[in-house]
Amino acid sequence: MQDLPTSLEIVGVVSDFLRDQVLPELEGRTRFHALVAANALDIVRRELETAPSANTMEIARLQALLSSKETDLEELNSKLSARIERGDLTLDTPGLKEHLWTSTLTKLAIDQPKYSAYKKALKEKRA
Amino acid sequence: MTDAGEQLAEALTNVAGKHFGTAGVTDLKRLSGGASQETWSFKIHKDGEAESLILRRAPGGTASNASGTAVGLETEAKLIQLSAEAGVVVPTVRYVAKPEDEIGSGFIMNHVHGETLGSKIVRSEDFASVRPKLARQCGEALAKLHAVPVATLPTLRFSPATEEIERYKEVYKTHGHPHPVFDLAFKWLGNNVPADDRVTLVHGDFRNGNIMFDATDGVVAVLDWELAHIGDPIEDMGWICVNSWRFGGIDKPVGGFGSREDMLAGYEDAGGPKVDLERVKFWEVLGTLKWGVMCTTMYEAFKTGMDRSVERAAIGRRSSETEMDLLYLLAAD
Repeated sequence: MQDLPTSLEIVGVVSDFLRDQVLPELEGRTRFHALVAANALDIVRRELETAPSANTMEIARLQALLSSKETDLEELNSKLSARIERGDLTLDTPGLKEHLWTSTLTKLAIDQPKYSAYKKALKEKRA
Repeated sequence: MTDAGEQLAEALTNVAGKHFGTAGVTDLKRLSGGASQETWSFKIHKDGEAESLILRRAPGGTASNASGTAVGLETEAKLIQLSAEAGVVVPTVRYVAKPEDEIGSGFIMNHVHGETLGSKIVRSEDFASVRPKLARQCGEALAKLHAVPVATLPTLRFSPATEEIERYKEVYKTHGHPHPVFDLAFKWLGNNVPADDRVTLVHGDFRNGNIMFDATDGVVAVLDWELAHIGDPIEDMGWICVNSWRFGGIDKPVGGFGSREDMLAGYEDAGGPKVDLERVKFWEVLGTLKWGVMCTTMYEAFKTGMDRSVERAAIGRRSSETEMDLLYLLAAD
């Protein structure tokens, strides 16, 4: 067990510091890179909030789709990739399409919640 | 000015004196620079009038910038000249550098005034009145570009659909990290390869961001020819529809500003054949996937230590955007 603050709190305060206090002092390329840095920390912040429960659910979906007891998420995804490549699993396979949408929506919720296609998907209630 | 800038100013002064009959150059400024090209702007003066010109040259004034997929600058200059003869709006090439000029491999072209910033074309009030015409004009430009006689072209790589699919699949597999949506897209592409029935010059990077627009005249210059090759002309139509280049204008497939139908109508009006929308979709899927795979290769550049910038690292997390776009293209119903 780690002590407080939590990693989420640390990442949050550093991102706020960059955006609120460092950025206004900078200009040009350095300013641009500092903004990219703050946005990158926001990815980490959202991942710390969302990934633990989303990944648990993704593992369960993949185990069902692949009839596998594997527990490593990357390994499960590699198996899924291979079976799609071989044509064993297609969009007609029950559950595959839903799984891909759900997993991709989670990625976007973490990586880039402002992306146009993600906002469109939320509006269409694909989540 | 940096040492490189001073050397270049001196070399350009010599070139301008010899080939444009002017004395000296002013306002030399570096506009952009990447791994493959540098772009500089400068002015020459004649009879009291200033004229703005652009230099594109290999990085650091080296001899050649040709790489796996990029053509060299001499080839790029030749393609711009041939496209101009075919009626495509391009900046006029004024001079192609020779080794004795000491500016490296490159060429000088006219400075065209206009806007290339994709988000402005999609959203700025300045472009509101011309915006509905742009997709049609893009279609017209492509029809002319695809009509450049293949026999007149300099040596270019031949890259039909199957070759493009194979190239990016290999890059994806080398990356080693699983993206099941990419596998789905590769599978779909393999099952939907269009017939190799029409082979032309392909611009290769025809998208919002590489086209110069004017608020009154619309398309005024097609830029950035370094990825030109020979292949299926419809590749250019699919690429400009990729959502990554719509700058938020997701409901306007062509560059975020127009419809596919308008682009195809402009294509036919300018002498191009009738185009099947399914074929445009094939190339939009391949274009979307290509950009997704390229995001992962930029992460590789970070991981291997070649480029340790935050920007390089963060772009790896943009491949998920293309996965969402691919699901919309292939699994929306």
